[in-house]
Amino acid sequence: MAYPTRVLGPVLVAALLLVGSRPAAAKTELSWWHGNTGAIGDRIAEIAKKFNDSQADYEVKPTYKGSYPETLAALIAAYRSKTQPHMALIFEVGTQTMLASGAVVPVFQLMKEQGVSIEGADFIAPVKSYYSKDGQLYSMPFASSTAILYYNKDMFRKAGLDPNKAPATFDEIEAASKKIIAANASKCAFSHAWPSWTMVEQMHAWHDQPFADQDNGFKGFATQLRVNGEFGVKLWDTLARWQKAGLYTYGGRTNKAEPMFTGGQCAIQVTSSAFMGAVMRDAKFEWGTGRLPRLGGYGQGNSIIGGTTLWVMKGHKPFEHRGMAQFLKFLGDDDLQAWWHQVTGYLPISQSAVKRLEAEGWFKKHPNHFTAFDQISSGKTTANSQGIRIGNYQGVRDTLEAELEEMLAGKKTAKQGLDDAVKKGSELLKEFASLYK
Amino acid sequence: MKRTVFRNRWLPYLLVLPQVVVTLVFFFWPAFGSLRLALYRTSPFGDRLIFAGLDNYTRLLGSGEYLQSAVNSFVFAFGVTFGGLTASLGLAVLANQKIRGLAIYRTALLWPYGIAPAVAGIIWLFIFHPAYGVLPYVLAAVGSFQFNWLLEGWVAMLMLITAAVWKQLGYNIAFFLAGLQSIPTSVLEAAQVDGADPVRRFWRVVFPLLSPITFFLFVLNMVFSFFETFGLVHAVTQGGPGHATEILVYKAYNDGFVNQQLGTSAAQSVILMVVVIGLTMLQFRYAEKRVTY
Amino acid sequence: MLVHAGLIAVIALIAFPLYYAFVISTQSLGEVTSVPPRLTPSWHVGENYAAAWVKGKLGRLLVNSLVMAVGIAVGKIAISILSAFAIVYFNFRGKQVVFWMIFVTLMLPVPVRIMSTYEVISTLGWIDSYWGLTVPLMASATATFLFRQFYQTVPDSLAEAAQLDGAGPLRFLWSFLLPLSGTNIAALFVILFIYGWNEYLWPLMVTNSEEMRTVVIGIEKLVPRGGGEIPEWNVIMAAAMMALLPPVAVILFMQRWFVKGLIESEK
Repeated sequence: MAYPTRVLGPVLVAALLLVGSRPAAAKTELSWWHGNTGAIGDRIAEIAKKFNDSQADYEVKPTYKGSYPETLAALIAAYRSKTQPHMALIFEVGTQTMLASGAVVPVFQLMKEQGVSIEGADFIAPVKSYYSKDGQLYSMPFASSTAILYYNKDMFRKAGLDPNKAPATFDEIEAASKKIIAANASKCAFSHAWPSWTMVEQMHAWHDQPFADQDNGFKGFATQLRVNGEFGVKLWDTLARWQKAGLYTYGGRTNKAEPMFTGGQCAIQVTSSAFMGAVMRDAKFEWGTGRLPRLGGYGQGNSIIGGTTLWVMKGHKPFEHRGMAQFLKFLGDDDLQAWWHQVTGYLPISQSAVKRLEAEGWFKKHPNHFTAFDQISSGKTTANSQGIRIGNYQGVRDTLEAELEEMLAGKKTAKQGLDDAVKKGSELLKEFASLYK
Repeated sequence: MKRTVFRNRWLPYLLVLPQVVVTLVFFFWPAFGSLRLALYRTSPFGDRLIFAGLDNYTRLLGSGEYLQSAVNSFVFAFGVTFGGLTASLGLAVLANQKIRGLAIYRTALLWPYGIAPAVAGIIWLFIFHPAYGVLPYVLAAVGSFQFNWLLEGWVAMLMLITAAVWKQLGYNIAFFLAGLQSIPTSVLEAAQVDGADPVRRFWRVVFPLLSPITFFLFVLNMVFSFFETFGLVHAVTQGGPGHATEILVYKAYNDGFVNQQLGTSAAQSVILMVVVIGLTMLQFRYAEKRVTY
Repeated sequence: MLVHAGLIAVIALIAFPLYYAFVISTQSLGEVTSVPPRLTPSWHVGENYAAAWVKGKLGRLLVNSLVMAVGIAVGKIAISILSAFAIVYFNFRGKQVVFWMIFVTLMLPVPVRIMSTYEVISTLGWIDSYWGLTVPLMASATATFLFRQFYQTVPDSLAEAAQLDGAGPLRFLWSFLLPLSGTNIAALFVILFIYGWNEYLWPLMVTNSEEMRTVVIGIEKLVPRGGGEIPEWNVIMAAAMMALLPPVAVILFMQRWFVKGLIESEK
């Protein structure tokens, strides 16, 4: 580290001279990069502090490194020049890149090497399968979410709809939206955030439709996108049709659309379950949640995981490995997991944490916190719904979102847009796969 | 060329040393790094490195998206440059009048230059915010115009140009004012005696005298909008909708930094370097000429 | 009269975004997100600015920005004065090579060469240091170019007189040229200070610890990306107001020399 030696060097020397020849035992620093700001960033700092206070040997130091993609990019740049942090929280999009990189110490290996076990390692199946390879855990599940539906009960009432029943199908959303618009309860009826994640990736998995070949990349490197099938086209056609009818408002990429829901400008929104913390804080209306809507006539799959997991980076000393193993054990603790779920709205990821929450009556008191967990544990895990594991994932996502935007701007039909996305996206997949041939 | 020169065997080398070292280490070294990287396809973490020859370049030049981002860059750069120069020249002429409170006006026109593109982006992002921004609200109320920059590419582009022109205005005005004030009053008085009306006087006498500055600002604004607007695009549109506001620098960043296509991104860097060096030469030849008369 | 009215109207238009940002920095989040937008200041100034200061750790970040901006400005001006002086007032072997080597970088912006520059910096062990924040950004020839331009306009008689007085080259630079370059230096200082202060991508990449961040990144950090957070626009705008104050202040305080310096370097 250049900074401490260069700038602190003289200061340290002076301090040592004053104190005597033997330095006091300093804590070993473990750097931890992440891409979270706001309340969740604060919670991450809180976790680090809890851990640091709990023992005397290690000091976990969280650092914000930009948005999720920027954090991954910064990690890569740092690794290439051998200045990588000890640990990094990387979004699900980077999973394949990390797995293939050879730059990480798999979590199962670290724990075995250090003889430490994670108390709450009985992770719920969708979480575990997403971050495991050959049945072994590669990264530590941390902030996992999935997509659910939120709706504004006040607007439902105003439109003469039953406020206690979330629309469960696309047909029901359409019917509800028509009433909402007709009753002038809201100008925007239906919207969603994270366009590719909610309206392509989740929807395909949820309806047991393939997203890419090789079981979405779980069997081997995927080289072909599969989203331009009859299902995908029908889905996008529906969106385009709703948009023309004024029932659907496109709210932009990432989570830009979310304020339209909390601000009371949109009646129904599909987005991350981790949005709930913000809704609880900011929404000045009665709201409810429901499962992802279904499109009639297709199979039952499951919704998939999003969010971040913790990766342990190669290139650190044995003593630091020991500290990281202890930190992972600390993260897996039931109490911590239950607390994390309660304050952030991320999924409770271990069965023991779920049991604890149930015993406390948490889900009864907070039914909306139950929606995501209920949805993900009631779905069917199939080859199409265990997750998506592809290289150049961010590029594929960009491509899908750009094509969705072109379609909604009326430049392409749903079929054309999806065909183009498949063509460009598959090139990205092939590009990645060819590197690891 | 100077006639008077000092003679010293080693001093000139010592004097240029810091700059030469900085240039070698932080320009030539990275530039060669990019040149080399552009010949390979690499995995993100660098564990795979496959020689690709000129593949990265041919693929880029054959890709519709790259060509579109080049077109976007030109549209954006010309929009910013012409919009910005016209507006700031007009304002500079206004502010150069012999009127009271000139210094205050000048100050009030100058300050947006101090604002970081990233910060300007955040401010404009909020003004344009589809849900509670003031501009979409006003436009929807006044002309029932749907200010949908999330889907309409040209609206998003117009929005970025507005923000960039705003940010650059103070800088351009400062230079135009400087130019206007360095025009000797005798020239203007002579023109006045000739009886030309103010508008013709401006085009016939003032504007030609300003042309060196105009050209200088033209190059500078082109460079600014091609390269320094990264923070703005990053904060406001991230290149969308579709690829409508993906300008070259943003694409190079996005491909390399976000999508980890290091080889193609390096090739884009190389192409951009060539463009910048070309612009530099242009500026140079012109500046050299100007010094000689 | 018409001119006044026109100017005032234009200035109001230009100032509006800043005014709006200020207004938002005084409102509660509820007021910010209300429709129709509220265009008058509210009473939440204290809490928003305090929140921005604490959450963004702006104190430390402002110091870093200051170090970076001043470091780049002073460093670049210093090395440029020296090299421009050598190029204008000396004949030496390899001058052409040096000349082109420097000037080919005239307008090369950082984003274009960012990945490879990053690798250079980490090879040097400068990640997360003030060195890494400042020195690479001095590698541009704009300042050298302007000083060269200016020296060429200085009459030859001055150097001749100095030589008659028995002054050596360094003495001439220090006692004759530098005093004449005052306004140029001031103008460049403004431009470079603002450039350094406003840099975004470079400090984001080259710093790892929060203690080394600059204020522009501090603001971006307040805008949530992902994770289901609603931006606290009021706090963000409060931070933005504080971040844009120093460079705007530099412009306002130095604008006399700034404009004058531009005139002279453009002659």
